[in-house]
Amino acid sequence: MTAGQITATQPVPEAPEQAAQPFGPKPRRISPGRIGLYVFLVVAALFFLIPVYIMIVTSLKGMPEIRLGHLFNLPGEPTFQPWVDAWLHACTGRDCNGLSPGFYNSVKITLPSVVISIICASINGYALTFWPYKGANLLFGLLVFGAFVPYQVVIYPLIIGLSSVGLFASLPGIIIVHTIFGMPILTLLFRNFYAAIPVELFKAARVDGAGFWRIFFYIMLPMSVPITVVAVILQVTGIWNDFLFGVVFAGRPNWPMTVQLNNIVNTTTGVREYNVNMAATILTAAVPLIIYFVSGRWFVRGIAAGAVKG
Amino acid sequence: MAQNGTSVSIQDLSLSFGAVSVLHTLNLDVAEGEFIVLLGPSGCGKSTLLNCIAGLLDISEGRILIKGKNVTWEEPKDRGIGMVFQSYALYPQMTVEKNLSFGLRVAGLPKDEIAKRIARAAEILQIEPLLQRKPAALSGGQRQRVAIGRALVRDVDVFLFDEPLSNLDAKLRSELRVEIKLLHRKLENTMIYVTHDQIEAMTLADRIAVMKGGVIQQLDAPQTIYNRPVNRFVAGFLGSPAMNFLDGRLEQDKGAWHFVVEDVRIPLATYAFEKEPVPGPAVFGMRPEHVAFNSGAGWPFTATANVEVVEPMGSDTLVWLKLGKQNFTVRVTSERTPKNADAVSIGFDPMRASLFDAQTGNRL
Repeated sequence: MTAGQITATQPVPEAPEQAAQPFGPKPRRISPGRIGLYVFLVVAALFFLIPVYIMIVTSLKGMPEIRLGHLFNLPGEPTFQPWVDAWLHACTGRDCNGLSPGFYNSVKITLPSVVISIICASINGYALTFWPYKGANLLFGLLVFGAFVPYQVVIYPLIIGLSSVGLFASLPGIIIVHTIFGMPILTLLFRNFYAAIPVELFKAARVDGAGFWRIFFYIMLPMSVPITVVAVILQVTGIWNDFLFGVVFAGRPNWPMTVQLNNIVNTTTGVREYNVNMAATILTAAVPLIIYFVSGRWFVRGIAAGAVKG
Repeated sequence: MAQNGTSVSIQDLSLSFGAVSVLHTLNLDVAEGEFIVLLGPSGCGKSTLLNCIAGLLDISEGRILIKGKNVTWEEPKDRGIGMVFQSYALYPQMTVEKNLSFGLRVAGLPKDEIAKRIARAAEILQIEPLLQRKPAALSGGQRQRVAIGRALVRDVDVFLFDEPLSNLDAKLRSELRVEIKLLHRKLENTMIYVTHDQIEAMTLADRIAVMKGGVIQQLDAPQTIYNRPVNRFVAGFLGSPAMNFLDGRLEQDKGAWHFVVEDVRIPLATYAFEKEPVPGPAVFGMRPEHVAFNSGAGWPFTATANVEVVEPMGSDTLVWLKLGKQNFTVRVTSERTPKNADAVSIGFDPMRASLFDAQTGNRL
């Protein structure tokens, strides 16, 4: 290649190059990777939805139809009798009162546990953020460490402790247990949320003469709605779905819905009533599901708010 | 201890966080009705000092008197202070009116008294139409007005401002600066104002305290600080464009003192020495606006040089030259802007210069 040849090929036509240059909105292309991604997502969704579908369909069938064995078929003669049975007549051992007592027990356990644990955790987080005292960081470290302790390890000591004060196998006992075990994660949540609030707000309130409680109730708490929603969702879901603590600490008369469900499903007197079992399971799972669907939007927002800083 | 007319008195105040010492035996007396500006770069301890005065930080040593009363161990609310923060710190869930009245409600004042004070503050700051709005619905300037109002309704002796204008854009900043000055004239309260902005300091202050490393370097009227800085740090920190510094030597020649940079000899006959000069290395400081440009002879010192860089700044132009192989800037009105590489003459009177010790940086 000589110098002359290079100069000969040098002049490039101006116009075509201009036309090929990017201009305006970037064209959207569907790449194979994208298609693969969507296929995977659909398959994953089906994987989780098919059991739900079977549960719903089965719960609406009568026993003769179930015995035919067509798992995926829609119910020929839809009936709500299994749901009524699950709620009112299903047998756990000798009692045949259905799930409803368990539902009310779960409410009695969940409501106070959620309220108490969130009140304690928000005060904890507030104090740790704005009123640092000697050893505050150590305490916070211990609390966070608590989040990693496996539950099973502390069950026996807790039984001994609670029975020594006469609270074992009682409603207050199970509420205390849930409150304690909610504390690490909830305190972490609230502390991180408050840490993202400008400290000048707190200083301004101090100059205005507000004390510990007034700053908390008048300024911090009204700002804490998003993180409180997150905490409520976490706690309601966690406590409602709990089986282990319920069966150990609540005592037979206070057994929560999950324990009752287990007993219904495992009680076999003659025929195994799949439709009733399915209906009972859906009923038990309904509460956390509803909470999540109602406040899911808040959940994401609150998690993001707490995640900015901490 | 506090004499009549002293509003805030800080005596031997020290503060350290663990091993880190932030303020060192600091003394400051603020007269009643005085506007004091604490000026310094980030981390110089100026905001920390303000927080100590407010009672938001516990001090390690010393004491603080406000209106002759020892408030060292008092709560912020009992010190007779109001504070305005950089980030406004308005309570987001309350309306402007509730924001203003919060402190008064905490103090348990009667309703009609609260209403009266809010009406007065709202009138002074012209925020009456905003009273029922939430802070989120206000602009930055309006928010800062409300924040000032919150200090105003407390009816206090001392106002503390912690960089109140730093979050605003340039135009609003200059507007609110004037408003704060007018407010001070109207109320005649003592005001202590923290900023890193030298323009705010120069325009607002009765006296400026220039701080560095937890120590007040110089406490004086703005013009004095500008014209006669006590050390090289103060000289370099104030003024934009910054003061020219030439590294050279002090020499005595037949009884007359000269400052010598390479082949340039600056006669110092008109310079007022702080103390008896001694020959040796020194730093010569001259503000770019105190240098005459192409104005002929008649100056105690004149020189010619070639223009290296021209920086037009709108109202005037900064011209970079070399004087004795060191950078030297001259401020020129924009009509007289020279071109690059032009040969120009400069002249100045060493009376307006500042000489500093090369080692300690103190004024000579």
